[in-house]
Amino acid sequence: MSEAVVVLEDVCKTYPGEPPLQVLRHVDLTIVAGEMLAIVGPSGSGKSTLLHIIGTLDRPTSGTIWIDGNDVVKLADRQLSWLRALRIGFVFQQFFLLDGLTALENVADALLYAGVPASERRRLATTALERMGLGHRLHHHPNKLSGGEQQRVAIARAVVGRPAVVLADEPTGNLDSAAGAQILGLLAELNEEGTTIAVITHDHSVASALPRQVELRDGFVVRDSTAGGAQ
Amino acid sequence: MTAAVAERARPIRSARIGGLSLLRLGAFGVRTRPMRSGLSALGIAIGIAAMVAVSGISESSRAGVLAELDQLGTNLLTVQPGQTFGGQAAELPVEATAMIGRNEFVRQVTATGSVDAKVYRNDHIPAYQTSGIAVVAAQPDLLSTLGAHVARGAFLNQATSQYPAVVLGWTAAQRLGIDRVGEQVWLDDQWFSVIGILAPVALTPEIDSSALIGWAVAKRLLNFDGHPSVEYIRADPNSVTTLQGLLASIANPADPEQVQVSRPSDALAARAVANNAFTSLLLGLGAVALLVGAVGVANVMIISVLERRSEVGLRRALGATRLNIGVQFLSEAVLLSAIGGVAGIGMGAVATAAYALSQEWLIVIPPLAVLLGFSGAIVIGAISGVYPALRAARLAPTEALRST
Repeated sequence: MSEAVVVLEDVCKTYPGEPPLQVLRHVDLTIVAGEMLAIVGPSGSGKSTLLHIIGTLDRPTSGTIWIDGNDVVKLADRQLSWLRALRIGFVFQQFFLLDGLTALENVADALLYAGVPASERRRLATTALERMGLGHRLHHHPNKLSGGEQQRVAIARAVVGRPAVVLADEPTGNLDSAAGAQILGLLAELNEEGTTIAVITHDHSVASALPRQVELRDGFVVRDSTAGGAQ
Repeated sequence: MTAAVAERARPIRSARIGGLSLLRLGAFGVRTRPMRSGLSALGIAIGIAAMVAVSGISESSRAGVLAELDQLGTNLLTVQPGQTFGGQAAELPVEATAMIGRNEFVRQVTATGSVDAKVYRNDHIPAYQTSGIAVVAAQPDLLSTLGAHVARGAFLNQATSQYPAVVLGWTAAQRLGIDRVGEQVWLDDQWFSVIGILAPVALTPEIDSSALIGWAVAKRLLNFDGHPSVEYIRADPNSVTTLQGLLASIANPADPEQVQVSRPSDALAARAVANNAFTSLLLGLGAVALLVGAVGVANVMIISVLERRSEVGLRRALGATRLNIGVQFLSEAVLLSAIGGVAGIGMGAVATAAYALSQEWLIVIPPLAVLLGFSGAIVIGAISGVYPALRAARLAPTEALRST
């Protein structure tokens, strides 16, 4: 049996207010190493909150979460940051590349907080960008790149530290369909090479192309295509 | 199953970011917004420049005065009659010069005596237009004792002292409208020939507005009584203060309390010190400019944090701790101020050099002002960066990432 990199048990998230907003209700989810899955649902279904909680950017109101074997709820900010630096890669719909830095520097910066020495950061970043077919774009600034190229830089940045899991939030949302297809193809290739990838999307056609779909609605997991994952 | 997962937990340490990477992070914000960074650094630069220039110029001026003093010598003493006990003007004894000259600490002594006469350009000038020029009997060695020089012509000598010849002080010559020797002036109803004009005498400005005539001719033609009105003494440089204490009783052994002894260089030295009050006022103004600059940096940093929410969110997602984020913004503020500080020191130094050169002073840029200016800039950057850094560090990552 494969190692579980992400385990959520009975996770609830409620935002305080009048009335309180229950975004996630009793979510159970297990992601095993080497897996590629889609977390799919309409807007407001809680999928972005779920991504933030898996990515340790936000904490659940109740429930337990293990990321790569660490009980996340018990960790302090420093330790969570360290976990993100080493074990979690993010890909965002808006790319979030820093305009002041070149593609290479953007990717290398992902290793900064993991304490990797500068020369090693550049070497690994170069390799990751070449893997994304951007070997000729190392010293370009993001605003000189197309949307698809920018997202490939962002993917390189997400995988450069060999994380346990890559969380991609609507990675094709800002791209035309050709560029989107290329991005999904690259993610699939990375998965074949062993990277664990969770793609968050509202788009069923994107989700159905992936091996496993977890469907969210109103904060509940309403469908999980892998029998073992659903309760 | 959960227990099994927990057992595989990897040890969690904390990353260390190298100083160079930290500096690069701080430089990131400065570098990507050069215009804004430049303007806010300028605020700091102006404040630091003002402070460096003020202290540099005042130090240079002091050095200038001291250099002047050095050149003129601080060993000149003067003896003048004071007042009698009853409040009348006192007189120095006729033999005062000779008595002073016998003292072992005296290198040179000479006297001038005021003559009750007025000098005019010619005989048509009304008597009341005296131009404030004093007619003074002088000895031939006055020039060497004072270290003064003639600008035109020659000074009095033993021969010319016998005849109606006059040497004009610099100001006196200007007031009379005389710029060359050989002219005649109307002095106490007779013509005197101008044989020399003195260059300005720094230590004894009273000579500048005098018309100097020979001791002998003053006695012979102008009823001069021979009492000296000022004794000029060059003392042994190592015994100036000792001599200063003795001079009253040497010059007038009968009534030493009727004698005023002074040291003209004291007035110049006092001028060097007197600048201080003005300097602290200007330094205060510089400090206000610096404060305004600091508020500018804080302002720019707060705007920067607001604009860069998504960068903060991204860096948090990449594994930056709250501390990492805070330190990044803090070092950015410090870097901005340090750039301003260095620029300010340069501007202040240039201003000091330019002013000192125009005044023909030595250029003195006090190292303390440079050190204080630079460290002050760093401290100000740190202080003005604290609040923006805290704001950036406190941003919740999810909130920061949502803002696009």
